[in-house]
Amino acid sequence: MKYAYYPGCSLHSTAKEYDLSTKEVASALGIELVQIPDWICCGATPAHITMHLLSIALPVKNLLQAKKMDSCEVVTCCAACFSRLKIANEFMKRDPEHREKVEKIVGEPYRGEVKVRHFLDVLANVFGLKNLKEKIVKEIKGLKAACYYGCLLTRPKDVTGFDDLEEPHLMDDLMKTIGVEPVKWPYKTECCGASFSLTKTDIVLKLSCDILQMAEDEGAEAIVVACPLCQSNLDLRQGMINKKYNKNFNMPIFYFTQLVALSLGIEPEKLGLGKHIVSPMALLKKKGVVV
Amino acid sequence: MKIGVFVCHCGTNIAQTVDVEEVAKAAAKLPKVKFAATYKYMCSSPGQALIVEAIKEKALDRIVVSACSPNLHEKTFRKCLEDAGINAYLVEMANIREHCSWVHRDKLEATRKAIELVRLAVAKVSRSRPLEKTYVPIEKKVLIIGGGISGIQSAIDIAFAKYPVVIVEREPSIGGRMAGFDKTFPTLDCAACILTPKMVTVSQNKYVTIHTYSEVMEVTGHVGDFTVKIRKKARAVDLNKCTGCGACFAKCPVKVDSEFDMGLGKRTAIYVPFPQAVPNVPVIDREHCLWFQKKACGACKKVCPFGAIEYDMQDEIIEEKFGAIIVATGFTQFDHSVYGEYGYGRYKDVITGLHFERMVNSSGPTGGKIARPSDGKSAKDVVFIHCIGSRDEQKGVPYCSRVCCMYTAKHALLLKEHDKDAQAYVFYIDIRAAGKNYEEFVKKVQDEYGAIYLRGRVSRIFEKAGKLIVRGADTLSGAQIEIKADLVVLATGLVAQDDAATLAQMLHIPYDQNRLFTELHPKLAPVETITNGIFLTGACQSPKDIPDAVATASAASVKALGLLIQDRLEKEPLIAKVDTDLCSGCKACVTACPFNAIEMKEVEVKKLKRKKSVAEVVKGVCTGCGNCTAVCRMSAIDLEGFTNRQIIEEIEAL
Repeated sequence: MKYAYYPGCSLHSTAKEYDLSTKEVASALGIELVQIPDWICCGATPAHITMHLLSIALPVKNLLQAKKMDSCEVVTCCAACFSRLKIANEFMKRDPEHREKVEKIVGEPYRGEVKVRHFLDVLANVFGLKNLKEKIVKEIKGLKAACYYGCLLTRPKDVTGFDDLEEPHLMDDLMKTIGVEPVKWPYKTECCGASFSLTKTDIVLKLSCDILQMAEDEGAEAIVVACPLCQSNLDLRQGMINKKYNKNFNMPIFYFTQLVALSLGIEPEKLGLGKHIVSPMALLKKKGVVV
Repeated sequence: MKIGVFVCHCGTNIAQTVDVEEVAKAAAKLPKVKFAATYKYMCSSPGQALIVEAIKEKALDRIVVSACSPNLHEKTFRKCLEDAGINAYLVEMANIREHCSWVHRDKLEATRKAIELVRLAVAKVSRSRPLEKTYVPIEKKVLIIGGGISGIQSAIDIAFAKYPVVIVEREPSIGGRMAGFDKTFPTLDCAACILTPKMVTVSQNKYVTIHTYSEVMEVTGHVGDFTVKIRKKARAVDLNKCTGCGACFAKCPVKVDSEFDMGLGKRTAIYVPFPQAVPNVPVIDREHCLWFQKKACGACKKVCPFGAIEYDMQDEIIEEKFGAIIVATGFTQFDHSVYGEYGYGRYKDVITGLHFERMVNSSGPTGGKIARPSDGKSAKDVVFIHCIGSRDEQKGVPYCSRVCCMYTAKHALLLKEHDKDAQAYVFYIDIRAAGKNYEEFVKKVQDEYGAIYLRGRVSRIFEKAGKLIVRGADTLSGAQIEIKADLVVLATGLVAQDDAATLAQMLHIPYDQNRLFTELHPKLAPVETITNGIFLTGACQSPKDIPDAVATASAASVKALGLLIQDRLEKEPLIAKVDTDLCSGCKACVTACPFNAIEMKEVEVKKLKRKKSVAEVVKGVCTGCGNCTAVCRMSAIDLEGFTNRQIIEEIEAL
């Protein structure tokens, strides 16, 4: 199992721990991730609020790079990268007008032929939960977590198409496999405020506060995410949220890959757990996951 | 041969683009044409008189009318010929309006084309033969498929004219959807109170036969002579012996969800769907009956004082003949489980309008209490959402279901009447209250019953702490709304029955992309179909409320009666005809005929002194579509009015 790995900017900066834990999980499961050489911006917010064409041309450039590699599919971890790469593919497949313009910009023909997957999709659907179960050395017992998918992972349905649009469940299934108890909650696909984090922080504080509150109300001790923006909003802004809304949240925000890695017996030190603003260590110790 | 050509101005419709005088002048020079004239409106009485006089005075024996489409006025001009004493089928129309003046701008070119069209028509008419109408007998009985309010009304109307009528209803009782309603908008009449008298009337009428728990299996034949196979499913209760005493279902130990009560109440395995059922004879649900599943119990048979229970009763198939068929199969409810944002149909307290009808009914499963199905607690804050499935091209159907705005307004009113502390919130897109006293009704619900109307969609419903959190937008104030509701009622749209397409194929009637049956003309023939003798009523054609369903029912009845009252049925002679000498018996025409109008027969070939098998057209069934003539390799089949001679003549004139 070999993939062209597209990390994207977050996984090289604010979400370093996502990158680390993904690579650890992949190598433990024998999934080979080969980084796309000379990868560039995926075309997310900074690009697509500037110029529509740019937001397609950038991901296409990356996909063309991947095409030249011998691995046929691209895997990415960031929900925004995933969305941009998938949407670019859709445009290149279906819209001749855009295709013509973009091909001119990138200087090569491209028809959306490089398949793109999210790492959650790879784990749950390609590697398979049954196979994963066999590799688990240490189930994470007694941890109640809210699986939070965010806005981009499942939408729009025609583009992403790997999980249920309104009631996604793959992350929940994955968590159950490694022993975590996913809570039933209605905010799986609510908006966290995403890239308004810097420009309109107030919006993010409100939306992320609602998400944290709902998770807590429904009995979650932690939130599990699959997107670096969701993680950063819920984790980094938690202190500000507590202050502004007079709350007392102390809710660790995990990447699903971190928990999977722990269940595979990978040392916690390798997973960037120290990079979290809300430290998960006390909770993990309480559950006996780390000592 | 003396051909007359009559060129119509059609006011300015033709004359503005086509130089009609030039056309007449050119026509007069064509071979065999003895007379040509123009007139402002050829279809008007003076126009027709002009033709009749010319035929008589000039002894014309063939006519070309150069005017509009034959679809519109061919019949008018055939009558002219008849009035003038010549065979009605010796007229041809050259369509210089739809095919010429309306689609061209250049007058010179258009005139040239009009002359060409006239030349063709003259050539064709020169090969026309006099034809005679044929007549077929009519079976003076009507079949009504579906025993809802539409079917019942149709049956009453037909029986009133003293013609026999048969209702075939799939369910164990007639009554249809209306039987399950509580009140009706905008008058708030009790639905049962106005429906059940009709059900009784129809069941007591000697001209009406009702087959409940029965389905139409096969329909063959044609107008005036349909042969229909009906499967009478075995109810396991003898209709004649049973008195409807109810001893059987009082003893039945099985309890399953009642379909009539939308699963909000229970029924037994032997049951009548509702107390006023017609016939008031129970049926055994074999899937749940202990006798049929395990050969156990048998309580109903033991307690029946009349020996009416017959476990080994078998389905019976009967065959009957009918002159006309009225399709009144109604609708089904849109399945809202495609809406993930509303819980994929999994939240118990998210119900549909039909559930609410049962719930609000004082003889219904909750005794009229507006109760949450999840815990039975009374619901105070109730959110109603319009357009579930309707007007939603992504998840539902593109059309408006027409009745949901009104029934939701009614529900909001009834909610308040049943519980003065309750509050209705109604999310709507537009309020479509186009009916007599409808708008006033909605206004009343808003003003006097305090229903809060919010213009916008609901984006999400989820459960939290025993409540349903309903999130939506109020697009008028621009605010986001969040309501903690006890109950959500979805105004699910009306869609075609699951097996609508199968029935349409059986009846040879067209249906649209939404599987709704297609009327002959959306404005001018709304209850007829392209298949003669088959009529539509009610929601099987498009969503309808009760007044519209009843109106179309009576309309369909009149159309059916109009047929039945004839002594015999007039058939156009424009049908296929086989030349048995030429026919090789290859049967290509039999395969090509969509109406099963061609049969094979043996004929004696005198020259060869042996028999051969040849095609024969069944006169009453042939519609003159021409498929057979196109596939015949021997040119042995000719279509009257479009014979090979006529067509070749036309082509040669080009």
